[in-house]
Formats: sequence, structure tokens, C-alpha cells
Amino acid sequence: MTQISDLLLLAIVLVNFALLGATRLSTTIRAVAVQGGLLGLLPLVLHGGPSLHAVGLAVGTVAIKGVILPRFLTWAIREAALRREVEPRIGFVGSLLLGVVAVAVAFAVAARLPLPPELARPLLVPVALATVMVGFIILTTRAKAVTLVVGYLVLENGIYLFGLTLTEQVPFLVEIGVLLDVFVGVFIMGIVVFHINRAFDSLDAEQLAQLTD
Amino acid sequence: MLLVALILVPVLAALGAAFQPRRAGRLVWLLVGTGLHAALLVATWTIGPPAVPGGWLAFDPLGGLVLSLVSLLTVGVATYTVGFVRPGDPRAGRAFESCLLAFLAAASLVALSHHLGLLWVGIEATTLATAPLIYQRDDPHSLEAVWKYLVVCSVGIALALLGTFFLATAQVAGAVAGRPLVLDDLIQHGAGLHGAWVRAAFLFLAVGFGTKMGLAPLHTWLPDAHGEAPAPVSALLSGALLNCAFLGVLRAFQVANAAGEGDFARPVLLGLGLLSLAVAAVFVVRQDNYKRLLAYSSVEHMGILALGTGMGGLAMYGSLLHMLGSSIAKAVLFLLAGNILAAYGSKLAHDVRGVVRRMPISGVLFVLAFLAITGSPPFVPFMSELAILTGAFKSGHAVMAVAMLALQAVVFVGMGSAFLGMSLGALPERAPRIRERAWLVAAPAVLVTVLLVLGLHIPAALQRALVAAAGSLGGVGP
Repeated sequence: MTQISDLLLLAIVLVNFALLGATRLSTTIRAVAVQGGLLGLLPLVLHGGPSLHAVGLAVGTVAIKGVILPRFLTWAIREAALRREVEPRIGFVGSLLLGVVAVAVAFAVAARLPLPPELARPLLVPVALATVMVGFIILTTRAKAVTLVVGYLVLENGIYLFGLTLTEQVPFLVEIGVLLDVFVGVFIMGIVVFHINRAFDSLDAEQLAQLTD
Repeated sequence: MLLVALILVPVLAALGAAFQPRRAGRLVWLLVGTGLHAALLVATWTIGPPAVPGGWLAFDPLGGLVLSLVSLLTVGVATYTVGFVRPGDPRAGRAFESCLLAFLAAASLVALSHHLGLLWVGIEATTLATAPLIYQRDDPHSLEAVWKYLVVCSVGIALALLGTFFLATAQVAGAVAGRPLVLDDLIQHGAGLHGAWVRAAFLFLAVGFGTKMGLAPLHTWLPDAHGEAPAPVSALLSGALLNCAFLGVLRAFQVANAAGEGDFARPVLLGLGLLSLAVAAVFVVRQDNYKRLLAYSSVEHMGILALGTGMGGLAMYGSLLHMLGSSIAKAVLFLLAGNILAAYGSKLAHDVRGVVRRMPISGVLFVLAFLAITGSPPFVPFMSELAILTGAFKSGHAVMAVAMLALQAVVFVGMGSAFLGMSLGALPERAPRIRERAWLVAAPAVLVTVLLVLGLHIPAALQRALVAAAGSLGGVGP
């Protein structure tokens, strides 16, 4: 079981790099969908086999993060007839280098964290922290509104991964609440993105800088 | 049962309103829902129901105070909404009333949660319920405001979620007894929590919920959202929503205190509070948009709340009283700013002159609420700021108190020059008097009366609740 979970976690790290290097919006959305799916499979292999709690969580996560939200975002960019490039502010090589730094920092920090033995899983915490940081990199270096939504999803994925160390501590109801909140949040963001496009004829978040003092 | 009903009644009313095609029908649901919620809340105060099994929902004086404030303001905003017509929106926003009620439900969940995971779900739900309210169909700028609000607050609250998980880790790492993330158990077994994890958790929770509360440096969404939203929504955001996030910060503070990390937590709050006051002072001066001016005043008062909490002792009591006073005054100002905007058609202070003469009721109330928010006697914010300052000198935060006074003086000058010009000022020629609708001035009049009465005398029951709430945060009453 540990081997499978390690493979899943490594795949999540690879998806992080795919996200940072992707040049097309549709690729980033597909990548975040894959990440959501991988995230959903993890509860099944962690904590020694599937329980009812783990299965419920897996189904909810795969459905929301792996299928519904990516489909909705794809719909939003198609309906809004966006230009399909990502247009980062610092270039793809720069983003990827930042990603490498993030992963290194995550492993260094995780090694020093005073984690209790029953929570310490060799890969889970560093991958979670790296994913949180990659989410922040996307949020701060991308200009388009849709990519900010993707960045927010990646950030949430990282936090969710950290939460998976605690499935016995965090009750099912709260996890479902978190999933639902993210779901509705991204849904409303998607609708706003759609309206922004109609109002400003562009989804460039830099156009959204007219309210100043 | 009562606790669950407080959350479910607004949810059901929101559903009821959602299926009403006519505005009149939706308004009935809004008034009945908020009224029933207020009645249930009164019953809850008198009965003091036990915690729901599992300890997830419970009623304590601190949560009760926040919920009472939210309830009072929601009822006020609901009556104002009856007379308020949103400009340029032919369908008058069908989801408007449902979203108001959904916000009330989410705020109730926040106030009653004694499970920190559930608290997080509630605070995120308040963001989502209010985001559609900010959008106005005819104004592309409001889209920008909604977008910033959603992105900045969602990212901030995501940090708070990480902080919540850290707190759960602190419980496991400290190997303490008690149910995971249940507030009362965290406090009871606080001494055993793992110190480093508690400190990390508090930092993330304070910055995360602080973002939603409007504390600098992550306050950037606030002036846009408050400035662009329709009047009743601005009032609700500044008076009720910010305090829900403040409650989140206070819950984290309670746990940090119990874990013996108060000495770490207090300077964090003092720093965030002082920075917020400074930012507000810089942006209030020469600010011509009066709604943004009010928004920066919200940043200022949230900063004062954080400062009072960080000082502790009597200042903690003052901070809770100030939460009530400043929020009510701010809600009144935003509602009246809506009346002024409707009459003059401009958000710029220099376009607005002679409000007192053209609309006497709104004008006089506007001046009174301005005096209240700037801490003039005999209104309640004067009493609360006095308590905070006294507490500051008692606990050896004299420098902090002087800085707070100086920055507040700057804000006073900035607000005063704009608002007095608007209220008095020379009347434009041949400007007719405006007939004021009762619905639009009733709630502000009642709320200003509340500010005045509380400033003169705090009822014994309220005083008991304030002292008990301050006590649960390590503070003392007068």
C-alpha cells in the first residue's frame, strides 16, 4: 500500500511541474483535473486500506476536483472564447525553476517539522507543502483570471493533502464541508470570469485594476 | 434543537425566497426569516441551551454577542431593503433576498460552532453567500470588486484552513486527550498541546481570518467591495461579516491562550492592528469617494479591535464593546450613504452638499452616526475606546495607546472634512427637498438610538455577557 501511495504522491509532484510549464489554458485545466483525481485516490491507499469514510471521501474528491470543476472551467473558457495561451508574467523557465526551489524547500522544512510518529509519512507532508507553494506561484505569476482559479485549486489541493495526514482527526462532515465550499467557490469564480469577459472583452486580470484610491 | 434551528430557519427562508417570482413575496420571506431568527436568539439567551452532542455547536457569551450583533443588523438591513430599489436592475436581482438569508445562516453557523473545522466551513460560506450580493448588473466595476473579494478572501481563508489542520496536528503531537478540533476540549487540555504547532496554527489563523476581517496588509479587497456594493450589502459586510471573521481570530486566540502561547499571540495581534490603523490613516486623508472613506474607517476599527485584544485586560472588554458600537455606527453610515447616493447620484464627497437641509432625517442621523464612529461622547464607541485606552495604560501599552490616538486623530480629520462638507455645505441652487421614505430611515434611526442608549447606560444583562466573554479571552470587566 505504501508503494502505491508513494507513486500517487510522486505523480502529484509531476503534475505540479506540468502546471508550471503548461503553455495552454486547456492543458493547465486538464493537469489540475488529473491532480484532483490522484488526490481522490489517496484516501483509499493511506491508513491501511479503504474504510467507508475513505471511500466516501474518494468519491467526493474525484467527482468534484477531478471531473465537475475542470469541466466547468473548460466550459467557461470555451463560452468566453478566450485566447488560449497562459501568458505568465515571469516566463515558463522561471516558473519551473521556482517550482524546483519550492519542492526543495518543502522537503527541507518537512524534515524539520516535529511531526508525531503516527502522522509522519515520508512523502505526504513535503508533497503537500510543495503543492501549496506551487499554488502560490501560479496565483502570483499568472495574469489571466482563469489561471488564478487554477492556482487557487492547486493551493486547496495542497492543503487538502496535508489534511489527509489527519483523516482520523478531521471528521467526515468537515471534509465534505470543505469540499463543498471549494466547489461553490470555484463555481462562483467561474461565473464571475464569464461575466468579466463579457464586460471587459478580456480575461486578463490586469484589466481588473481600475478601482484605486 | 434551538441551536440547530438558528441555522436552519434562515436556510429554509432562503429556499422559500428563492422560489418566489415576485419581489413582494421574497421580501416577506426576508422579514419573516430574519424576525424569526431574532426571536429564536432571544429565546436562546434566556434558556442557555446545552451543547449539541459531540460539542460541535454550543452557545457561549462570546458567540452570542457576535450573533446578536449580526441578528440586529440583519433585521435592520432587511427593513431597509424593503424601501431600497437597486438602480439599473430590471429584475431587481432575484437571488438578493436569498443570499441575505444564506449569509445569516452562515453567520449563525460561525457564531455557534465550537468545532474549528465547522467554524472554517461557516466563514467560507459567509464569503460565498455575500459575493453575489456585491455584483450590480449595470456596473462593470462591481465585477472587479467581486473578483478581488473572492480571490483575496478565498486565498486568505485557505491559509486559515491550513492553520486549522496545524491545530489538529498540535493535538496529536501533544498526545492530549479530548475530541479533535472541538474548542472546549482544546481549551481544557490546552497545556498539553504541542507549542510549536500551536504557534504556527495561530499565525496562519490570524493572517487567514484577518484577511477576511480586513486587517492590513491583506485588506485590499475591502475598500473595493464595500465601495461598490449596494448600500444594504455594504452595511452588512462592514457591520456583520467582518465580525464573523473577528470571531474566528478570537477563537484561535482562546486556544493559543489556553496553550500558554498568549505571549506569542498578543504581539501578532498588536502588529496587525497597528498596521491596519496606519494604512487607514494614510488612505482616509484626501479620499473623495465617501463609500471608500467608510470602508477605510472599517479597516481602522478592525485594527482597533485587534489592538484591544492584543493588549488584554480591560482593553479586551473594551474591544468587545467596541465591536458592538463601531459596527452598528458603521452599518448606519453605509445605509445613509445609500440614501445620499440615491439622491445625489455621485459617490464623490465634493459633489454632495447640504444633505441636512435637503434630506433632514438622513442628514441629521448621518452627522450623529459620524460623531459616534469617531468616538465622541455620549455614544457607545466613546465608552469602548475609553476602556481600551484605560486598559492600555494599565497593562503597560502606553506607547501603543498614544500611537492609536494619533492615528485616530488623522482619521477624524480626514472623515470630518469630507462628511461635514457633505452634511452642511452650501446648498446647490434651487435644489428641492427630497421626500424620504420611512423604510429607508427607520432602521438607521433605531440603530442610532441604540448607540446613544448604550453610551449612557449598558443594561446589566449585556454587561454580564460582555464581562463573561472578555473573561473567556483572558480579559477583565470594569
